[in-house]
Amino acid sequence: MEQTSTQTGDQGLEKSVARLTPDQIAKTLGEILKSEGGARLKAYVKTCMSCGLCADACHFYLSHENDPRFSPAGKVKQTIAPLLKKKGAVDPEFIKRAALVAFTQCNLCKRCVMYCPFGVDVAWLMLFVRRLCSRLGVVPQYIQDTAHSHSVTKNQMWVKEDEWIDTVFWQEEEAAEEVPGLTIPLEREGADIMYSVIAPEPKFRAQLIYQAAVMFHAAGVSWTMPATPGWDNSDMAMYTGENEIMGRLKRAHFEAAMRLRVKRIVMGECGHALRSVHDMGNRWLGWKTPPVPVTHAIEFYWELLESGKIRVAKKLKTPVTLHDPCNVARGLGLHEKARDVMAALCEDFVEMHPNREYNICCGAGGGVINCGPPHKAERLAASSAKAKQLFDARTRGARTIIAPCHNCHGGLEDIVEHHHLGMDLKFLGDVIYECMEKPWKKDEEEQGR
Amino acid sequence: MTKAYVFAAGPLLWVSVIVFAAGCLLRLGRLAWLARKKDRPVYAYMSAHYALRSIGRWLVPMGTESMRKHPVTTVVSFAFHAAVVLVPLFLFAHVLLFYEAFGISWWTLPEEAAYAGTLVVLAGLVYFFARRLIRPEVRYLSGPADFALLVLVALPFATGLWAFHHGPGVRVVMLLHVLSGEALLAAIPFTKLSHMFLFPFLRGYMGSEFGSVRHARDW
Ligand code: SF4
Ligand code: SF4
Repeated sequence: MEQTSTQTGDQGLEKSVARLTPDQIAKTLGEILKSEGGARLKAYVKTCMSCGLCADACHFYLSHENDPRFSPAGKVKQTIAPLLKKKGAVDPEFIKRAALVAFTQCNLCKRCVMYCPFGVDVAWLMLFVRRLCSRLGVVPQYIQDTAHSHSVTKNQMWVKEDEWIDTVFWQEEEAAEEVPGLTIPLEREGADIMYSVIAPEPKFRAQLIYQAAVMFHAAGVSWTMPATPGWDNSDMAMYTGENEIMGRLKRAHFEAAMRLRVKRIVMGECGHALRSVHDMGNRWLGWKTPPVPVTHAIEFYWELLESGKIRVAKKLKTPVTLHDPCNVARGLGLHEKARDVMAALCEDFVEMHPNREYNICCGAGGGVINCGPPHKAERLAASSAKAKQLFDARTRGARTIIAPCHNCHGGLEDIVEHHHLGMDLKFLGDVIYECMEKPWKKDEEEQGR
Repeated sequence: MTKAYVFAAGPLLWVSVIVFAAGCLLRLGRLAWLARKKDRPVYAYMSAHYALRSIGRWLVPMGTESMRKHPVTTVVSFAFHAAVVLVPLFLFAHVLLFYEAFGISWWTLPEEAAYAGTLVVLAGLVYFFARRLIRPEVRYLSGPADFALLVLVALPFATGLWAFHHGPGVRVVMLLHVLSGEALLAAIPFTKLSHMFLFPFLRGYMGSEFGSVRHARDW
């Protein structure tokens, strides 16, 4: 077995490991175990029968030609299992390897959980390892920077408060040119819906806010966005294991919704943000379910189409396939609703295999893509299983991949390019915007006549 | 020899049964207490409905995607697990011993079935042993303890078979049979064999989390 190099060129790992001492490792592990080393940790690690049945659930394993080190249980064997056994008496080099495994070789997609007879949650264990690494300061630099941004600005991309407001105004202006009378209501207290997005939207994909505004307008929904921190629902701190920051972020998010007295939060097409708002962040704050009801974009689109608030003018002709993001399918069971939405919008739908809960991960999730350029080659080296699945859908006609998640978009774009698959990517919102009935267009045409 | 046998089948049996029962209860109790202290979600999300839904699924042969992906291992596992529990509990000789001691008896397996069951157990163990050696992904995960565990399970069944056939040295073998059976029983709570009683809780929790939080299948 060839040894994979641990020379990463990632300063977040190299420099901090150089500073580590074995004492520090044992002491920090002891502290975490004391406060958080509970029944699940014990039961998962000790009940694992080393049966290897989880191996072929993991795309890392499949893509690395069945190299056992990339199997889910193999990752446990290289990280938390020896840590517990040796009570943290490991050298800094071990921690570096563990960080590499936990941060860059697991997307926390939980596919393996469905294949393990005992439901050993390897993703949960990898998060535990990440939390330990984070306490030791051993975190890939790029994702650590993102978590810092969260901590300082309560958004993922160092977006300043006025920049956020400016971007919203800018999108409002643009959209109002197309749709007379359209507004993006900031800070409208008492609206029905608070719409929240992830910070990469204002930063890189502002047109998504534009499109959402058009949809809200056409559907005649009462909505608002906060002008204060809390507008960003994303959460990379959840993936660095900095749960304390995760808690602060989610509190700001929920409090913005409460301050605006909305009935619910509707979130854009993002997977990890859903996981943070619906599953992990609320838990950390002590809420079994989110304190303000949360609706993911897929479900919201489904409602709009089902109720006829948005009508489809012409269906999309290009053959499309759907990538089920782990955090919305395996995370909230929205895969059937996504298919309903697809059926309403697209003429020619090609299923990927496997699909729904069993879909293969995009390779970007769980903060892996956020570990940045130093780990990109490694990420793409683990992409052949996904590429095969996409290629198969392509041979059956699919030309466009719909991926209702930002992370998946990033990951799949890289895979399509790397493997020369010649497919393009869309959000569901892109397709709705393209296909929806736009009553104002008719008005314009009539006026022009 | 007879004295040793009487001791092994008498007081020592009691010891092993008590270690087994108390060990299981203690470990469960400790985990339940740990969960209350440090894993609150476990209690918050545990749901009888979803737990049973998942456990049920995983008890049906070929009921899950994972099993269908590994058909041979699935068939061997189900046969092995059924036999490893049923044969010792319903073996005529075991029930007879119990009846002689306490005057209580229950249904027993026909001799042929018990015999076949024993072979299934041993064949299953050979399969698991070979699988650990041959399949790279399993070999990578396997340590000496994993192999030792297989031997530990094999001993009482192999010696039982030996005794049934009245092979040479049957008296020593019988003693070994009793001792290894007791060792196996007592080892259950403290080794990975604890999956026997932890399975419903682990599966149940994951089923609950998938059912009530994730609204998705976990099979
Ligand atoms: S959570 Fe996903 S990426 Fe991580 S080990 Fe399991 S299957 Fe592999
Ligand atoms: S995690 Fe589950 S499937 Fe994987 S080796 Fe352990 S027990 Fe087997």
